[in-house]
Amino acid sequence: MSAVFQPIASRPAPHPTEGFVPWIRQNLLADWRSVVTTVIIVLLAIVYLPELFNWTLFKAVFRPSLDECQAARGTGACWGVVAAKYRLIILGRYPFADEWRPIVATLVLLGLLAASCVRYFWKPWLVALWVVVIPVFFWLMGGGFGLTPVATDQWGGLPLTIMLATFGIVLAFPLAVLVALGRRSHLTAIRSVCAIYVELIRGVPLISVLFMASFMFPLFMPPGTSPDVLLRVLVGITLFSAAYLAETVRGGLQAIPKGQVEAAQSLGLGYWQTQRKIVLPQALTIVLPGIMNNFIAIFKDTSLVTIVSLYELTGSLGLAVNSDADWRPYKIEGYFFIALIYFAFCFSMSRYSLWVEKHLSRSKLR
Amino acid sequence: MSASTAGRAPPKRRDWSWRSQAFRGLVFQVVVLALIAAGAWFLVHNTLENMRARGIQSGFNFLIQPAGFDISETLIPYDALDPYWKAFIVGILNTLRVAIIGIVMATILGTLLGVGRFSRNAILRGLCYGYVEAFRNVPVLLQLLMWYLLFTDILPPISEPISIAGLFYVSKAGFSFPIPVWGLGQGLAAAGAALGLLAAWGYRTWSHRRFELTGQPGSLFLIPIVLVLGGALLGWILGGAPTAWSIPAPGGFVMEGGASTTPEFLGVLLGLVFYTSAFIAEVVRAGIQSVAHGQVEAAGSLGLSRGQAMRMVILPQALRVIIPPMTSQYLNLTKNSSLAVTIGYPDVVSIANTSLNQTGRAVECIAIIMLVYLTTSLSTAALMGWYNRRSAIKER
Repeated sequence: MSAVFQPIASRPAPHPTEGFVPWIRQNLLADWRSVVTTVIIVLLAIVYLPELFNWTLFKAVFRPSLDECQAARGTGACWGVVAAKYRLIILGRYPFADEWRPIVATLVLLGLLAASCVRYFWKPWLVALWVVVIPVFFWLMGGGFGLTPVATDQWGGLPLTIMLATFGIVLAFPLAVLVALGRRSHLTAIRSVCAIYVELIRGVPLISVLFMASFMFPLFMPPGTSPDVLLRVLVGITLFSAAYLAETVRGGLQAIPKGQVEAAQSLGLGYWQTQRKIVLPQALTIVLPGIMNNFIAIFKDTSLVTIVSLYELTGSLGLAVNSDADWRPYKIEGYFFIALIYFAFCFSMSRYSLWVEKHLSRSKLR
Repeated sequence: MSASTAGRAPPKRRDWSWRSQAFRGLVFQVVVLALIAAGAWFLVHNTLENMRARGIQSGFNFLIQPAGFDISETLIPYDALDPYWKAFIVGILNTLRVAIIGIVMATILGTLLGVGRFSRNAILRGLCYGYVEAFRNVPVLLQLLMWYLLFTDILPPISEPISIAGLFYVSKAGFSFPIPVWGLGQGLAAAGAALGLLAAWGYRTWSHRRFELTGQPGSLFLIPIVLVLGGALLGWILGGAPTAWSIPAPGGFVMEGGASTTPEFLGVLLGLVFYTSAFIAEVVRAGIQSVAHGQVEAAGSLGLSRGQAMRMVILPQALRVIIPPMTSQYLNLTKNSSLAVTIGYPDVVSIANTSLNQTGRAVECIAIIMLVYLTTSLSTAALMGWYNRRSAIKER
């Protein structure tokens, strides 16, 4: 007896879920609301995007020529204002003859910061390098020992922004860790002092701290001395940032289970040994995204020193364009330029923070 | 072990030697407090010396002297002969005005953006992400300056404003809108609306209790709205049903009629709203992500649509994670409004700055600024601490 195998009709192939068209179907055309949104956005893009590109790129003026800019008014951006004034915007009022000094100093500091971010360079000599670079930076910017002295109120632009941000972060972080530990201490006096400091500073805006630093700091010092304006601002920024950082670190300290400290005590570790070896490594890792957020906020807060007459990037743009009646109508393009600089720095910091998070959580991946 | 020593604890002996942790802690605290007291005495002594040397007077008696400067926008009547304390009140009202309107607008925009990050549509998701990254990574001062420049440069002069439907006008002088002529009817309508709000809250409490007891859900949306609007309508009718509106009309140099907001106010408001809404979007996103995915799946298995699941299941649970960072964003918005001094909006910092420059009383004026902001922040922090303790998960 023979039975011929009769296959049944094949079913239709299942809808593909991988691929370009399925992605479009799932992400842009999933239901009627999604379709309507896609259609509206595509229509708006078709109407307005060419205009935007024309204004920004194709009809824009890139040469520092006033006539071309005035001719293109309304149809194209005048990036010529950046080309004409970039020296004043980036370097501020630094004397023209010694231009190379802030440029070299900033590049050295940026190089050191970039090196400190990469795991390959996390060796003991990095600390020694930091200890060497900081005085070299101040020597290059400030002068003395063979270079012409330049007063600190003439420093400006991007070097000042990076300097205030770097030293604000470097000085505020240890202070913040100490204050956070103090706030969780069992000693009432220490806890109260740290709590009062943090709540007082967090309750007021940075501008009032800067006003205090620039108007009241000279009154606090012995009669006859007059603290440097840059020092006052740096002290203000450091105290302000340390309060916010302390709250972030305290959140991490609160997340460590009590058993860790008890186990350390049962091993015979003292308070500072416990903090250094057991608690702080875990706590700081947990709140690393928060700490990086604080660092980015410190970088953005440096723009406020414009109000106390230190001309960092935002202030130097005002200096460059406000006093020049020819270029003043094109101030908005200058604003976009420095907004781009700030965005570049802050966005790279946030991407770096994501990378560090992923790097540190590799041990917890399953 | 004898019975006489079994139940009696050994007598406590205070150990005053360096071996005792309590004693070391005490010594440490005394040293720290002494250092702080010495530092404070040093600062105060120097301050008094310096003020005597420079002939700076101190004291708050300058507050009752006439101010001598005008303020460009005030909520209460004020002129240059009013005392300084009235100028400070005007500043505080201006700060509250921009803070409250800014908080409401930023919350609405930020929540929409935060929820939009979870949209089904990839373009919407990308746009929300792009907005958040663009507005978070640029300093707020720069954003305020850009908005102000936009309003003062791009808008047309007041003699030829842009008109929207003949009722709203936009120009370099700001944004003008029609406003009802305030009379008895409008006052009664506001009172009626407030009574309606109370009635709606009472209805809500009663409806909750009835739901607990019998399982019957009351209408949580329709009836409260009807109560509030009905109260307002009743009050308006009782006041004579006035319908007079003051509509702005472009005059030569000034807008006649209507109410208007200055470009300074709009610059501060829009700059703060767009900046803070990016942070609020991130807070809402973190809150929504903190809700376990099983909740979404369970909602789906019950047949709830995405919108219903978001509204009834996810957002109520996410609120516990959202509210503490949200209040700190509200405080940030209030504190960032102090930057209005760079644009010329007369908030309390700007008024204190002017007073400082006029009277030279630096310590007093800065103390007033810090007092105003500290009161707001500390009361909000106390409220937040109470809420946190109430809803925290207790550990041993």
